[in-house]
Amino acid sequence: MQGFPLLTLLTFIPIFGMIIVLLLPKSAENNVKYTTLAVTSIQLVLAIVMILNFDYSAGGVFEVSSFQFIEKVAWIQIPDVAFLGTLKIDYFLGVDGLSAPLVLLSTIIFFIATFSSWTIKKSPKGYFAMYLLLNAATMGVFVSLDFFLFFVFWEVMLLPMYFLIGIWGGPRKEYAAIKFFIYTMLGGVFMLITMIGLYFSATEVLADGTQAYTFNLLALMNQNNYLTDGILSPSNPDNWRFMAYIGLFVAFAVKIPMFPFHTWLPDAHVEAPTPISVVLAGVLLKLGTYGILRISFPIFPDITRELMWYIGLFGVINIVYGALAAMAQKDYKKLIAYSSISHMGYVLLGMASLSSVGINGAIFQMFNHGTITAMLFLIVGIIYDRAHTRGLNDFGGLANQMPIYTGFVTVAFFAAVGLPGLSGWVSEALVFVGAFGVESIRTITMIGMLGILLGAGYMLWTLQRVYLGTLPEKWKELKDVDARELAMLVPLTIIVVVLGIFPSFVLNIMTTSVNSLVDFLSTTLN
Amino acid sequence: MDFANLHLSLSNILPEISIAVFLMLVVGFDLIFHEDKKLIPYLALLGLIVTGFLVVRNMGITDSAFAVTSMNSGGMVAVDPFSNYFKLIIILASVIVIFFSMSSSEIKAIYKRSGEYYALMYGMILGMILMVSAVDLILIYLSVELLSLSSYVLAGFTKLRNRNSEASLKYIIYGSAASGMMLYGISVLYGLTGATNLFEINNILQTTQINIFTLSFSIILIFVGLGFKLSAVPFHFWTPDVYEGAPLPITAYLSVASKAAALALLIRFVHSTFVGYVDTNGFWDMISVFDWQTLLIVIALFTMTLGNLTALWQKNLKRLLAYSSIAHAGYLLLGLAVLSNAGMSAVMLYFLAYLIMNLGAFYVVMLVSNDNDKESIDDINGLGFSSPLLAVPLSIFLVSLAGIPPTFGFVAKLNLFAAVIDANLITAVIIALLNTVVSVYYYSRLLKHMYFNKIEDTVAAIKVSKTDTTIVLILAGLIIFFGIFFNNVIEFVKNSAQLL
Repeated sequence: MQGFPLLTLLTFIPIFGMIIVLLLPKSAENNVKYTTLAVTSIQLVLAIVMILNFDYSAGGVFEVSSFQFIEKVAWIQIPDVAFLGTLKIDYFLGVDGLSAPLVLLSTIIFFIATFSSWTIKKSPKGYFAMYLLLNAATMGVFVSLDFFLFFVFWEVMLLPMYFLIGIWGGPRKEYAAIKFFIYTMLGGVFMLITMIGLYFSATEVLADGTQAYTFNLLALMNQNNYLTDGILSPSNPDNWRFMAYIGLFVAFAVKIPMFPFHTWLPDAHVEAPTPISVVLAGVLLKLGTYGILRISFPIFPDITRELMWYIGLFGVINIVYGALAAMAQKDYKKLIAYSSISHMGYVLLGMASLSSVGINGAIFQMFNHGTITAMLFLIVGIIYDRAHTRGLNDFGGLANQMPIYTGFVTVAFFAAVGLPGLSGWVSEALVFVGAFGVESIRTITMIGMLGILLGAGYMLWTLQRVYLGTLPEKWKELKDVDARELAMLVPLTIIVVVLGIFPSFVLNIMTTSVNSLVDFLSTTLN
Repeated sequence: MDFANLHLSLSNILPEISIAVFLMLVVGFDLIFHEDKKLIPYLALLGLIVTGFLVVRNMGITDSAFAVTSMNSGGMVAVDPFSNYFKLIIILASVIVIFFSMSSSEIKAIYKRSGEYYALMYGMILGMILMVSAVDLILIYLSVELLSLSSYVLAGFTKLRNRNSEASLKYIIYGSAASGMMLYGISVLYGLTGATNLFEINNILQTTQINIFTLSFSIILIFVGLGFKLSAVPFHFWTPDVYEGAPLPITAYLSVASKAAALALLIRFVHSTFVGYVDTNGFWDMISVFDWQTLLIVIALFTMTLGNLTALWQKNLKRLLAYSSIAHAGYLLLGLAVLSNAGMSAVMLYFLAYLIMNLGAFYVVMLVSNDNDKESIDDINGLGFSSPLLAVPLSIFLVSLAGIPPTFGFVAKLNLFAAVIDANLITAVIIALLNTVVSVYYYSRLLKHMYFNKIEDTVAAIKVSKTDTTIVLILAGLIIFFGIFFNNVIEFVKNSAQLL
């Protein structure tokens, strides 16, 4: 696969598709959908090609040589800028075990959400253009290895999301869109300041032998590159590393979303159209945890070790708080949104263990949460399309009226609850095994385990309220799932079931990288 | 001054001469062609192109005009890359504003008097390009007055709006008070040092003991004059009223060009008069008589915070953009507060970005108000669906003003904040960044009005000529292009950040 710009294609095919979509005349609005479908299918194929050619033994994380599908071109290079020396920004892409599963996940989710977008009526051109832009930006975040590039993609994601919620959303869409925008922007600002601080703290040797400040994430992970008196250099006694870590963490925590930065999520989910909810829960939330693994952990291993207990604590708060809040909801979509918060807590807890098992579990949980929650939101979308209400207490006995649909619901619910044999169970088990094995967070892990109980509680209660019991008269007309909906649910169900039985399909991709990350975290700056 | 050799300086002030010549040509044309004013804007454009060419020809020269023979540098006018850069900025802004005026319905309504309009604009331009290169207190004051007098008249020129005369009157009263104080400050400074040339003053400050209290007093008075032009808090009160009342092209012009001139003058005043030497990292070592950094940081932070917070409540598009321009003046001052070459070149880059995005935003607002004669925030409801060719560029300008990538505004902000962080002013940067979050709220509110409204209150499609669409699209394209490929533009600014 040498020399084939696979990652560039993955990232920029949607931009290309967006341009086509915008140029298509108004009369050809149907073709807009097919263009999007073609783009997302190509992406899915490319991602599968990437996984097939993936070297499972290469570690990545902090070593350039063991990254795969690397593309590195000088993007901006200006010699002798007054204060910066050489200003240099690279277009630097690559994947390793941390990012490969998530690249695969996001191509799957964007592919499936395209079908879910099929019924969009209001100016489909604009919708699909924004959808493809969002797709490109997300992919860009997962594959970029240069902080500047990462940040650009990260911020570019904001606008399409703002418009997708604000134009195509529900009744309180404006409020939800602006809330989402401001929250993420606030996080982005903290990331920006940390990024600039890091830039002025480390240098890298250029090809011509001169030193230059750098945005290269891998160079920033190498402690030898830091200046002795840089503002974020470990060797500087008055450094701001602790504050920078907190700032960066807030930026990512907003996206996860971690308590207490979570309040935008239920609003955004409730107002967003179904496919956008699917993408939001399925992919975008993972960007936060991915960012922590990719940037916060390896660049600040010292502070990470110092704060691991707190990260675990916030994970547990997320688990328990999300579950309790989910229990109190009367709106189906809000319930799923809060369950998302709870499930992302598992990811945080697994990461906080800083152990191989725990982080494997965390990344696997990201993947599984992506597929399972996508299914759950599709399920809500299907019922909302038919009944135009999401009140949990408005339903009952749908199992008889829509048996096939209820079959999928059962699989998704049990996967979310963590029933052995389905994918959710494997990752939750790994997270708890990993976290329990670490002395310092053992107590909070035990509290976190309450989440399983609470999760079973709200999920089964919902199953009972909506699908069991007697069917109200007014829902006698509801039709069962159609072919388009099957096309969305079947692949996800297959993934959930297969990964429950053979989790190694995904675990093998990441294990080597996770091990080298764990080694790196325990040895660097110790 | 060596009067026999005055003519040797003439080649260095060719741009100024060219502006003066075309000013007279415009007046002459206005008198000759009583009825037909069609040619005048084109004549004005031609003059700017010629001048721009002369400025480009001077690029790279570091020299001065009307120099004092006893000294090597610094006569009345400095010719250096820095002044050439700002001259180009002013010419660029003027070219755009002339296109602006040609399609503005307000200027069309005073077709008979449009000769005077362009002549007055030329007066402003002459004042501004003298301001950016003046190194003598006398010339500084004269050029500021030349700019002010022309702009007072232009602010109330059309008399079409209710608040037109109010704007003009307010501008005159505030402006004369500010320039009076500035003149007072200049005379005190002269009294203290006995010199009007900035370099000589610098020399005297370094060598002799000066009463610090009196000196600070005179500096603050001079700063009032410049702060007024920059609309820095607390000298900003005129800005929203004048911006709202003045004809739209003039509002846009005041928000960009006259700020550029004032900013350049402030930078030069600080740099030439108060910098002892520049150290190897490009930081300015100030003569320790006055704490410029604290003054500038405090003013900058107040300016951006007040501008952003007040902009949140605005319902009139012009007022909103006025407050947003106050906020941007705050960012610019923060860049200058670093007191380093890095900060200076960051400010220069920021200004270029600000010019394009702010003029672009005003251009779209002008096209909207041309068509339906209104400029309330509700008049862009649903613009995204009725006239996407205006709404999409306006969105790009707003996103760029908010500083979100991949736009030129983001690159400029990043560059600016990087300079401030490099100088270890972390608290100031955090306040500035929180300010950008606040600004996102009101910029996104405009996006909301353009895209998220209900179908029933969508405004009708807006009729726009091809030229206007092209100009707006070019400006928006530049914003995106420089947001992704900023190699050359940073390099250009880097080369221009050299003062005499």
